[in-house]
Amino acid sequence: MAKEIQNTGIKTNTNAIATRDAYGEALLELGKKRKDIVVLDADLSGSTKTGKFAKAFPDRFFNIGIAEQDMIGTAAGLALSGKLPFASTFAVFETGRAWEQVRQTICYSNLNVKLVATHGGISVGEDGASHQATEDIALMRVLPNMTVIVPADAFETRLVIHAIADYCGPVYVRLGRSNVPAVMPGDYKFSIGKGYTFSTGKDVNIVAMGIMVSIALEAARILTMEGIQTGVINMSTVKPLDTKTLLRVAKACGLVVTAEEHSIVGGLGGAVSEFLSETHPVHVLRIGLKDAFGCSGRPEELMKHYGLTAEDIVRTVKETLKQLRVTSHK
Amino acid sequence: MLTQGTKKRDIPFLKKQAKLVRVEILKMLTLAGSGHTGGSLSAADIVTALYFSKMRYKPDDPGWKERDRFILSKGHAAPLLYAVLAMAGYFDRSVLKTLRKLGSPLQGHPCSRVLPGVEISTGSLGQGLSVSNGIAIGLKMDNLSSRVYCLLGDGETQEGQVWEAAMTAAHYKLDNLCAIVDLNGLQIDGPVSKVKAIEPVASKWSAFGWNVIDIDGHDIKEILEALDEAETVKGRPSLILAHTIKGKGVSFFEGKVEYHGISPTPEELKKALEEMGVHG
Repeated sequence: MAKEIQNTGIKTNTNAIATRDAYGEALLELGKKRKDIVVLDADLSGSTKTGKFAKAFPDRFFNIGIAEQDMIGTAAGLALSGKLPFASTFAVFETGRAWEQVRQTICYSNLNVKLVATHGGISVGEDGASHQATEDIALMRVLPNMTVIVPADAFETRLVIHAIADYCGPVYVRLGRSNVPAVMPGDYKFSIGKGYTFSTGKDVNIVAMGIMVSIALEAARILTMEGIQTGVINMSTVKPLDTKTLLRVAKACGLVVTAEEHSIVGGLGGAVSEFLSETHPVHVLRIGLKDAFGCSGRPEELMKHYGLTAEDIVRTVKETLKQLRVTSHK
Repeated sequence: MLTQGTKKRDIPFLKKQAKLVRVEILKMLTLAGSGHTGGSLSAADIVTALYFSKMRYKPDDPGWKERDRFILSKGHAAPLLYAVLAMAGYFDRSVLKTLRKLGSPLQGHPCSRVLPGVEISTGSLGQGLSVSNGIAIGLKMDNLSSRVYCLLGDGETQEGQVWEAAMTAAHYKLDNLCAIVDLNGLQIDGPVSKVKAIEPVASKWSAFGWNVIDIDGHDIKEILEALDEAETVKGRPSLILAHTIKGKGVSFFEGKVEYHGISPTPEELKKALEEMGVHG
């Protein structure tokens, strides 16, 4: 555990826990509560934290080996026999390697399978681009019947895992490898499809998911101190998108910013832009990977390298506001 | 309605049923104007033996927990599955006329969301065996004696996922699973041996830990005996290698690769029915 914390550290907060660790705990709780829960993994149970469930409930854990496509199909079969399967591996393999299995077998048949993947985004760190999923949200969001969720911290992860167990239908949950600070308030209640508004800004609103929520909060604090009223929304459900909240905050300000540890193509930025361009055209600034692969490095180095720090958001927002002012004065 | 055992070993009856299944396949394909003729006809005897002798199921209760499951991994043989399901009583036979038409539950490839009796949507090859494994594991967890049958095409076994699943089934000792390979020797681009050889098929599967049974896939008696044998084998899954003829039952379709993915013309249907001694 100590080594794990040393290696990561997006933010060294005493409450910092990786969302994958919260997943491991939540699965254990669910396993005790519900006998129909089964868990599948593809030889990464130590990393995805499904190993805890495996140890506690060996009869309900199935290691399918390094065969992600087969894992998805097997999960589908288990769902067909009335079980509630959670299938886990790294996000890049779950959504990329097995995409067509997810499409044909899970989504087309609308099966009650929960795909919970870890190692989303560049905060994977040293393993590099081959193991960093930066297009998984786009790949899952495009599938009919699919629900897509990216929790912001460990607390929300636990709520999400319990909520999706009670929901019938395919769900994709993206979790991270690195520790993330606790951001959600203690009385927070998660419900699928509902964003959480920390604050609404009259100048700028940042719509974020996953680890970018804590970074967006820091950026908003700095911007507001500098006189730019900035709000933050945790849009943990990327699909179905909370269009009501989105419309409300878009109407309240002149600039909507999306922040994701994902490509700016097809992910949260894509979803927000698609909706707002049709209903309430407003300037949207997308913070994320600019159509690029990740690379090796320490997570915090990578966040800087790809312009995903609070300082980067502050600088880009100010530049964009300046440009918008120039344009409006022309 | 429970069909188990009612026609248990009535070979002449089953032969007649297989012929009726073929007639329905040809008729619905001709009306649809497109679809996969060759591979539907090649597996007709196998699926007939399963549905009208071997398997337990209740057409009026498609979700019956104790039913045996049939997974059509080679989903393009949908007309075969539809013919059998209609004849078994899952839906009215008149629905067969709607194959591939807008709004029909008879999609070009089977869709479980819209048609009772279809266990899982298939059509993209190589995925059915993994699903069958999952069902077989689930049945074992629930201590149900139901069996899972999965029909694969021979060309389909070129898909890597089939072998991932083959390994999984052996690892988890899924003796309640029986896969059947419809070894008709042809795929869209030509003979399987020319496109990409899959032989030696039997030793491949046995090397993967399966009990392999080699049969004539048009001999109903052999099919039933193989299905019985599979049931007695414990600790490992069984694979029936069913040697078949693509387009079987209509002389001018037999062994013709060009009839993999096209439907009969009305003239061909007429000729075929005459040849089969059926009046249209």
